[in-house]
Amino acid sequence: MTTLWVAMVGVALASAAIKAAGPVLVGGRELPPRVVSVIALLAPALLAALVVTETFGEDRHLVLDERALGVAVAGIALALRVPVLLAVALAAATTALTRAFG
Amino acid sequence: MTNNPGGCEDLRSGGEEQETSSGSYRAGARAAIPFALAVFVVGISFGVLARSLGWGIIAPIVFSVIAFSGSAQFAVAAVLGAGGSVIAAILAAVLLNARFGPMGVAVAPYLKGGPLRRALEGQAVVDSSWALASRGGGRFDREFMIGATVPQAFAWIFGTAIGTVGGDFIGDPERLGLDVIFPAFFLVLLVEELRGGRRAVVVALVAAVLALTLVPFAPPGVPVIAAACMAALVGLRRSP
Repeated sequence: MTTLWVAMVGVALASAAIKAAGPVLVGGRELPPRVVSVIALLAPALLAALVVTETFGEDRHLVLDERALGVAVAGIALALRVPVLLAVALAAATTALTRAFG
Repeated sequence: MTNNPGGCEDLRSGGEEQETSSGSYRAGARAAIPFALAVFVVGISFGVLARSLGWGIIAPIVFSVIAFSGSAQFAVAAVLGAGGSVIAAILAAVLLNARFGPMGVAVAPYLKGGPLRRALEGQAVVDSSWALASRGGGRFDREFMIGATVPQAFAWIFGTAIGTVGGDFIGDPERLGLDVIFPAFFLVLLVEELRGGRRAVVVALVAAVLALTLVPFAPPGVPVIAAACMAALVGLRRSP
């Protein structure tokens, strides 16, 4: 039980420190133009990586399962200009149905 | 607003209210409601998992309050559940959360106050809030981001509590396909970012390929950080 609490507090402190680092070190200074141009590309890079790892990744393996089908449906729905919430609901429904009957 | 594929503007814009800061907090909170629902459900599944590992009722809830980090908390559960050491658990969590480092640098100029207050405001950085508050060209809306994080924090803690207490009655949330909500929403936010131009599209493609390539070889979290580093290299090389 002690192991768990030590891990919990350790993770909480590490996580808080990571999130605090940028704001504290940079302070209110304007970032140099080169850094700003990096940050402008950070969002598409991080989001693309998050989408693919959470769709195809599982315990250091690439898998093609019901999640991929759901995300593909969301992508098609978005391309067809379906409202966002409906697109996400369709993704969840697709994944749930293929899990149930696939 | 007429050119609105995917309806992303609905998620992000606060309309006239965005002109005032309290309006921007509210707009952020409203935009985050769908995410908060997803976070709530994932919180329940974390509670159920933690309970099944014999963590009791108090510890999982305290963990969600002090860490407020889904991916890190699941990683700790996985490592400790498999008999791993405390150090291994903390290391896995650090790797998974390392992306919040560059994200914190990105929002830093927009936060307020002295070091302590900035450190506190920086805790509001979570993937969805950060991306929702991105205004393109590296600019961020501080109030919108903080507003977006508040309902998600409550949802995470409340969901964990429900999962630990009532887990036996709920069953497996994956059955409902709810684990696909996060990648689907990140896709929504990505589509919005891709309108930033051809460079964003190229970086996103390379990031996706790089991350997928690394999944089998690197611990979880590293593929996402590698994608961020790659974006940095492209940004530095081709900046004016």
